[in-house]
Amino acid sequence: MNTSAQVAAHLVPTHGLRNAGMPLNLDLIANARVNLSAVERRAATLTTRRSVKKEWQAAWLIKALTCVDLTTLSGDDTPDRVARLCAKARMPLRADLVEALGLDTMPKVGAVCVYPTMVKSAVRALQGSGIPVASVATGFPTGLMTLKLRLAEIRYAVEEGAAEIDIVISRATVFSGDWQALYDEISAMREACGEAHLKAILATGDLKSLRNVYRASWVAMMAGADFIKTSTGKEDVNATLPVGLTMVRALRDYGEVSGVAVGFKPAGGLKSAKDALAWLTLIKEELGNRWLDPSLFRFGASSMLGDIERQIEHYVTGRYSAANRHAIA
Amino acid sequence: MSKVTEILKTMDYGLAPEANDQVLAWLDGKQRQFKHFINGEFVGSADGAQFSVIAPATGEKLASVAQGSKQEIDAAVAAARGAFKRWSALPGNARARYLYALARLLQKRERFFSVLESMDNGKTIRESRDIDIPLAARHFYHHAGWADLIDSEFPDHTPVGVCGQIIPWNFPLLMLAWKISPALAAGNTVVLKPAEYTPLTALAFAELCQEAGLPPGVVNIVTGDGETGALLVAHEDVDKIAFTGSTEVGRAIRNSTAGTGKKLTLELGGKSPFIVFDDADLDSAVEGVVDAIWFNQGQVCCAGSRLLVHESVANRFHDKLKARAGKLRVGDPLDKSTDIGAIVSEVQLARIAKLVEQGRAEGAQCWQPDGAMPSRGFYFPPTLFTGVAPAATIAQEEIFGPVLVSTTFRTQDEALQLANHSRFGLAASIWSENINVALDAAARVKAGVVWINSTNLFDAGAGFGGYRESGFGREGGREGIYEYLKLHPNTAARPRGASVKASYSIAPAVGGATASLPLLDHTAKLYIGGKQVRPDGGNSYTVFDAKGKPAGQVGLANRKDIRNAVESANAAGGWSGYTAHNRAQVLFFLAENLEQRGDEFATRLRSLLGATAAEAKAEVAQSIARIMFYAAHADKYDGAVHSTRSRNVTLAMPEPWGVLGIVCPDNSPLLSMISLIMPAIAMGNRVVVVPSAASALIATDFYQVIETSDVPGGVINLITGEREVLAKTIAEHDDIAAVWYFGTKEGSANVERASSGNLKSTWVDAGVPRNWHSTAGQGREFLQRATQIKNIWVPYGE
Repeated sequence: MNTSAQVAAHLVPTHGLRNAGMPLNLDLIANARVNLSAVERRAATLTTRRSVKKEWQAAWLIKALTCVDLTTLSGDDTPDRVARLCAKARMPLRADLVEALGLDTMPKVGAVCVYPTMVKSAVRALQGSGIPVASVATGFPTGLMTLKLRLAEIRYAVEEGAAEIDIVISRATVFSGDWQALYDEISAMREACGEAHLKAILATGDLKSLRNVYRASWVAMMAGADFIKTSTGKEDVNATLPVGLTMVRALRDYGEVSGVAVGFKPAGGLKSAKDALAWLTLIKEELGNRWLDPSLFRFGASSMLGDIERQIEHYVTGRYSAANRHAIA
Repeated sequence: MSKVTEILKTMDYGLAPEANDQVLAWLDGKQRQFKHFINGEFVGSADGAQFSVIAPATGEKLASVAQGSKQEIDAAVAAARGAFKRWSALPGNARARYLYALARLLQKRERFFSVLESMDNGKTIRESRDIDIPLAARHFYHHAGWADLIDSEFPDHTPVGVCGQIIPWNFPLLMLAWKISPALAAGNTVVLKPAEYTPLTALAFAELCQEAGLPPGVVNIVTGDGETGALLVAHEDVDKIAFTGSTEVGRAIRNSTAGTGKKLTLELGGKSPFIVFDDADLDSAVEGVVDAIWFNQGQVCCAGSRLLVHESVANRFHDKLKARAGKLRVGDPLDKSTDIGAIVSEVQLARIAKLVEQGRAEGAQCWQPDGAMPSRGFYFPPTLFTGVAPAATIAQEEIFGPVLVSTTFRTQDEALQLANHSRFGLAASIWSENINVALDAAARVKAGVVWINSTNLFDAGAGFGGYRESGFGREGGREGIYEYLKLHPNTAARPRGASVKASYSIAPAVGGATASLPLLDHTAKLYIGGKQVRPDGGNSYTVFDAKGKPAGQVGLANRKDIRNAVESANAAGGWSGYTAHNRAQVLFFLAENLEQRGDEFATRLRSLLGATAAEAKAEVAQSIARIMFYAAHADKYDGAVHSTRSRNVTLAMPEPWGVLGIVCPDNSPLLSMISLIMPAIAMGNRVVVVPSAASALIATDFYQVIETSDVPGGVINLITGEREVLAKTIAEHDDIAAVWYFGTKEGSANVERASSGNLKSTWVDAGVPRNWHSTAGQGREFLQRATQIKNIWVPYGE
């Protein structure tokens, strides 16, 4: 995954600073190299090279929990349903388990992620919790809507109180190699976001090749994305480790050139505590501990939390747990 | 602060030890005392001698193991001999059942063997669990299949007999599987000596043999040190030796088996290049390095230990490499999060440390990650040397530790030059996203195994083995089966034709003159580089006809003539690059021209051998047919695509040796010479040929045929003279890759012994003449001998 870029400097921490982006520089992605088989091999051994057990596993699962974007993106979402989800976001773990682990406070999830029309309900339900509301926008999940409307949707969600906007990219620009169009679009979206953070969903299941994923990641970052995100959850293939590895390598390469730390969010198909540990391992190995933080890493998941709760109870009691012992969203 | 709260701050992996209580119980159950496995039973050494096995992770003693002496080797070989007749006579399907059982039983004990292997060897549980043991089971499965197919796929072949197998300590059980499974599949019985440092999994495997009900004596395991191994090598009743280990010991084995008629395969050391081109996926190439040199603590014969990186990306690549190496965890092999375990022994650790010191002293930049090594046990950190000159000791010596040496290159040609400038030729890794770059490099690199955009991929279905001083013979795949078979004896019938002794006197020989006006004197010369040249020493000797009368003089070559011929042959490398079609055309042309002058050759055969007109005519006709046979094969004897992994092409390509020395027999002098030269050059070799001395005029007649047949200069060189002297020079020559010798028993032994210098591949007849007129005179055997297999792994996908 080399680019023709000369490496500018070591990664400079920019805590609290957003990614300002940079002018589109196609030289940096023209010679993108991603070898599928080699990436798959690395992805396959990432999880076999590391094992997290016992109290370490419990701690890692708490970390995972704080990085979850608790999500509902369904046609049957209602304000009440969203309010229930928010209640779960405030109390993702049973109080007795929090106590048994010796945690000082109840952990909180990274954000709650909803459709724009649900933002207001979510904001209301999360008042005072410090948990941000994220909204999908830009004609989620396909993005096949005129740019004007997509930008208007962003502004609407921000006005409703969303602190983070998960946008989708126009896949067509990737297939046609019209990187300028992709860059311009995301730049405009970033502007429409204002203070809200922009998470760019690449819909990697549609892009297919890892080279496409790598290049699209770069263009999104150059256009100022605060996070790059794998999937909408609606594509045939969602977050996979090889895709994730490709994106974090792009993110690392971008950081070397720009000095900026960009966040990463795998989403879709993440269901188990084991998945959570695998992704945290990938992040720790490829990017380092700094990224093991909700400011730079999120899971887009709706059902993973339930398994994390069960595994934590197993750690505490030594008995395998059941889903109905933990509060539903 | 609770533990969990604390871990949330550090986000450490913590401890994840693999349980080893069951293995400890197994060791304790044997009072930590281990015996040999001979004829189906565990027996101690007669003299009670033992040695200690140390756990590399801690330096503590793990067990005492019997030290095998002559008595145990004799007993084991006798047991193997005793079992051979019945075992080899079993239907293939019956042997398949045993091998299948061994595979299954091993698979069902994967965790036990993994833990035991990690404790004994120091390798990480991740590797023993995910690589060593599954691959070992895979080898037994694969060869269970071959056992079933031996009769149908290898007609005219029989097992070799009793095989002595000596394996190294770096992959103890896996190397056992590589050795035992093909041997058994082909119907052989074995005596295996595991490495002194790591005998325990082999002894646990012996229990599996009992469990599977393998007939006693089919597998025998004698533990001990190098002396025990030497006894096995020297044993008279062993038919084949298969050895994996150091080049130094391999050379000693070549010497000691010379002339014994033992079949031999050697899988030796390496200093394999890992080539990163500027258009590689650099992050993936970094991971490749991790899997190459930081796999098994770098104690891998095929480890990509010489990094060659394109100048334009070198700094960037080194930076990425250091960042990655800094993340490697060195420590307890049984911890599931360990990347680099313990070095096998204190001696090896000291050797690595010494070579690293030498590297520093010679001026290369040494990088190691921060952090201390564990306080006990034998550990060495991942190490990267940059700015390493090819002349540096660490660039030439096999370090056999987690130490990578890096050199930059400017062009593809230079990369290949650096890669090939080595005495070894085991493996190579090539990293480029450009198919032209990658395949060109794969074709040009001198290595038995080539991995494109990957490294250290293994499968029982693909051959593994080296070029040059990395040894000869292949393990795995169809090519590996041949190493445990020999041609059925009844296909090598007794020869026909006279054997005449040559006299190498350089003095005038009288008696040839007649009363009539003499024919114009004919001066036969040597044929080197496409030219007729006078012998360096300025001497000729007389060839006599069947009646004992002088028939003419031919050049009496000396070692300098061999030297010149090898240089010409080396310069004729273009021949190997000809298309097979073009080579075939040249061979057909040779046949055409030989037929034109057929009568002349028949007359010569009658005169020199006293053959009847019919016999002489027949030999000429058969010679022409033989040339056509190999012309036909030139573009048909080709490789295979092995079924290994999914989305992967593993190409098994036969490649010519390069320069091949051929020493011809005296019987059927025209036909035998043709039978040896033609398969060799059809496959792209250039040959230095010593024709039958007694009938050398046939060879000197033949160069006139060569001259008229568009054979490029240097492809065939004919050196007449004293056979044994020239054979020795050829066998000793370090720039000849392989030698074929057909002559005497003693000469065969000398050639095998003299070839150990550069470990060239040898093919000798041990003084048993071949019938060149029969089916033994031509066939695939010759083509196999004329080539070595290069396995190229090409994973694909976008």
